[in-house]
Amino acid sequence: MNPIAAVLEPWTWRMAWRDSRRSRPRLLLFSLSITLGIAALVALGSMGRTLRSTIDEQSKALLGADLVLSSRQAAGPDETNLLQRLGGERASEISFASMVSFPGRDATRLANVRALTGGFPFYGRIETEPPSASEEFRRGEGVLVEESMAQQFELKPGDPVKLGTWTTRLAGTLRRVPGDSVAFASLAPRVYIAGSKLPDTGLLRRGAIVRYRTMLKLPDVPPVGDIVRDNKEEFRRLRLDFDTAEKRREDLGKALEDLNAFLNLVAFVALLLGAVGIASAIQVHVQQRLGHVAVLRCLGASMASTFSIYLVQALALGAVGSLAGVILGSAVQFALPVVFRGLLPFPIHVEFSFVVAARAAAAGIGISLVFALLPLLAVRRVSPLVAIRAAYESAAAGIDWARVAVFASIAATVFGFALLQTRRWQQGAGFAAGLGIAFLLLAAAARALVWAARRFTPARLPFAWRQGLASLHRPQNRTGTLIVSLGLGTFLLLTLQFTRSTLLNRLFPPGNDRQPNAILFDVQPDQLDGVVALLKGLGYPVLDEAPIVTMRIRTLKDRPVKDLATNRAARIPGWVLQREYRSTWRTNLVDSEKLVAGRLVPRVEAGAARIPVTLEQGIARDLGVGVGDRLSFDVQGLALECEVSGIREVDWRQVRPNFFVVFPAGALEAAPAMHVVATRVADAKSSSRLQRELVKSFPNVSALDLTLVLETVGNLVSKVGFAIRFMALFTVMTGVVVLVGAIVTGRWQRSRESILLRTLGASRAQVRAILFVEYASLGFLAALTGLVLAAGGGWALAHFVFKSGFQIPWLDAVVALLAVPALTVAVGLSTSRGIANAPPLEILRQEA
Amino acid sequence: MQALLALENLTKTYRSGATDLTVLAGVSLSVGAGETCAIVGPSGSGKTTLLGLSAGLDVPTSGTVRLAGHDLGSLDEDARARVRNQHVGFVFQNFQLLPTLTALENVLVPVELRGESGRRGDAVDLLGRVGLADRLDHYPVQLSGGEQQRVALARAFVNRPQLLFADEPTGNLDGDTAGHIVDMLFELNRTAGTALVLVTHDLDLAARCGQIARLRNGRRVE
Repeated sequence: MNPIAAVLEPWTWRMAWRDSRRSRPRLLLFSLSITLGIAALVALGSMGRTLRSTIDEQSKALLGADLVLSSRQAAGPDETNLLQRLGGERASEISFASMVSFPGRDATRLANVRALTGGFPFYGRIETEPPSASEEFRRGEGVLVEESMAQQFELKPGDPVKLGTWTTRLAGTLRRVPGDSVAFASLAPRVYIAGSKLPDTGLLRRGAIVRYRTMLKLPDVPPVGDIVRDNKEEFRRLRLDFDTAEKRREDLGKALEDLNAFLNLVAFVALLLGAVGIASAIQVHVQQRLGHVAVLRCLGASMASTFSIYLVQALALGAVGSLAGVILGSAVQFALPVVFRGLLPFPIHVEFSFVVAARAAAAGIGISLVFALLPLLAVRRVSPLVAIRAAYESAAAGIDWARVAVFASIAATVFGFALLQTRRWQQGAGFAAGLGIAFLLLAAAARALVWAARRFTPARLPFAWRQGLASLHRPQNRTGTLIVSLGLGTFLLLTLQFTRSTLLNRLFPPGNDRQPNAILFDVQPDQLDGVVALLKGLGYPVLDEAPIVTMRIRTLKDRPVKDLATNRAARIPGWVLQREYRSTWRTNLVDSEKLVAGRLVPRVEAGAARIPVTLEQGIARDLGVGVGDRLSFDVQGLALECEVSGIREVDWRQVRPNFFVVFPAGALEAAPAMHVVATRVADAKSSSRLQRELVKSFPNVSALDLTLVLETVGNLVSKVGFAIRFMALFTVMTGVVVLVGAIVTGRWQRSRESILLRTLGASRAQVRAILFVEYASLGFLAALTGLVLAAGGGWALAHFVFKSGFQIPWLDAVVALLAVPALTVAVGLSTSRGIANAPPLEILRQEA
Repeated sequence: MQALLALENLTKTYRSGATDLTVLAGVSLSVGAGETCAIVGPSGSGKTTLLGLSAGLDVPTSGTVRLAGHDLGSLDEDARARVRNQHVGFVFQNFQLLPTLTALENVLVPVELRGESGRRGDAVDLLGRVGLADRLDHYPVQLSGGEQQRVALARAFVNRPQLLFADEPTGNLDGDTAGHIVDMLFELNRTAGTALVLVTHDLDLAARCGQIARLRNGRRVE
């Protein structure tokens, strides 16, 4: 009979049920190992489905319009013609950065001002508090401000608001605008005003950086996709960026799927860890049953029949754990929208999905079965002789191909799941290999600990220490399981923590004190002296000052940009050719850059035929130009013939005005320019003082407070980090369940030793000390191995994925090294309490 | 008439590190239907090994074992298990009841392994004959040593085996209980016609058997 046929035999199930009689509570505990992993998969799976369907349903509300065209220039006759041809309903928005002040609160902040004309959004609505505010602001009765900014300054509807020269009142706060994500909106808080009130602000001066958007609601036929396709060339010619609901849907869907896939992998690690827990529980269970197996074989049971009894038990363990996971996951999924709030552009309502639950349960049963097969294989080799001669050991016979097959199917399962999530085989293989290496290293660390404990325990150590260390290598010790489960949990959490600090360091390198942290921009040439004087008067240094002239590329190596843009063979990214270049002129290099090729010409005579310019390394590479190549720029309709004289490498992480194209002095002075000024303020208080003074004298000048940006981005990283850590928590909790399970089995195995010690006169304190030494050393080594793995993983992620340096955040490392052993000891001692406290006789009766 | 159990020239050698350890050397033995045979000898003389080989629990290094007409050497482990299930019963020194099964369930295991049903009455009857009619639903841990061995006895006879192997059946029991168990063993042997092969230290017990095989250092001495 083969094992599959045997599994179908009713007798197998009856025996499996009877055999479990004395171990059901314990088996139930072990089955819970996979529960959290399944719960995480169910919750994420349901959320993934909800996200997909919500994105589909709300795809039009994602943009609020069928088509959005945006440009850096106000519409000219060509654009107007195009819009008339496209037809449909139109709305427009003019947006720019400006300081907004709240006289009642004596507060000022840089905001993204949006002047709206027309009936946008055509789909969905602008959600405000109070709801009536969304109509009031359209009538010009006040403005809407970002909820976070209103909270920051404790603003209430009716409070005065000053924008440039226009003083009005706060109509309400913005909750949600179709097409904007809350997370990114908080970087530059939005202020909505009616388009009709824009002239009152006096903020639209020549040279200011303004974005013009036209939102269109188009008839159903022809489809928007066709319109975009037919007009793509025209859009490009007119330098119009376009966005459609469909494109939004795809982009957003892709980003969220990526996040979901990543979180699913985190959940899968929890499931795998749980499966390791089940496998280790089955191993102990089977070890205890080898005698029964031998008796059954004596009585005439076939190998397949006895094997199937325990296979069925493993199957049931997986099924019970999975069922509990599905129930828990169905409850947890309703918490996920709260966890992900702030990352999604719309509210989501998660619903239970049978398909997701069934899939997760199948994954749980499958994976616990595959893992359980490893210890179960031992059943096949039990000789019936064990029934009459307990010490009998059958000789190992060469390579056990069944074992090899089980290992192969574990590898295939892990790879398959990762592939299913990432849909890229390299990533799937990388995940499986990384996890495999982590498992192997942890297992190797456990072996090393066993070896070292056996070899190096000094005879002079106190009795409890020697006993505790001996527990690490005694037969049927739990060292391997505990190190793998605890180490894997530590590894995962620390890697996430390390990656978070890598990202933060990359965004905000720990700078020196002379780096600017406030940048004033849109300073008109006639305001420059005044602004500098104001700064000096307040005692703030001018760390950097640069004029900015906006321009576009006209020709590249004597070929018109229009030709290159349509020529795919040129392989130049469209945005590089068509973007607006904000260039400066200066006579020297600054701290954040160095010359890597050619030379920097400091100045030229007015009217030079060809102007030598330096290009930033990356943009030169994108444009495909090197030293000596020609290009020309269009500056407000005037052509400037240039030649690349040098290439600069720029450290963009330094907060100072950096430029793609730098001209020599003498070439651009006559062009309309505005200036940026960088300074450094001591703290948030002096920053707001500076902003207030600026707005009083120079209302059009904006100040970007980088300390605030840092805080905002930090918050965003924390939100993503929270979502990731929430899922990682499932892995850690699984680690704890496996830990409890392993300690409980250890308890059963060790109870006789502890009882014997107690009978021989060991005090409860001594028994506890023995347990303390054992669990503390296990916890410490697991944490240490997890830390080493996390350092490796964190470095690899920083180096290969984020292309950034890596430094171990030592505080996190030390916390892990202390917390993991403490947790292990706490769980270990509390689970073993009965042994230390109860009278020996009582335990002898129970354990008999 | 062909013997029920025929051992010819059995040798068993274990490899222990670099050296070979011969625990049985050229032992032959024959037991006919309904006969009784005791295997005696000092500790380490190879008694248990001989019993294991006779019942097909292990395979000899050389020599042949014929049990109920089957040459065990030509069968694989599963086929030998079938032979055991059909023709053989076991009684062990440490009883070897499955601790998670009740007395009745333990007795029924060999029946269930045959795929037979409707034999509950036989099992209840057998347990009654060994004096455990009121302990059917008790677990081994709830029974005394003697009671456990009586359950084992019932289990050994439930398939009406042609041959019963007993490994020190009274080794873990006190004198009175042991005597009672032995009486039952021979009673069942007589009424059911089952051949008995006993491994024992107890010479009084051995003397009740029709044949005594004495072992010393793995060889049969007589």
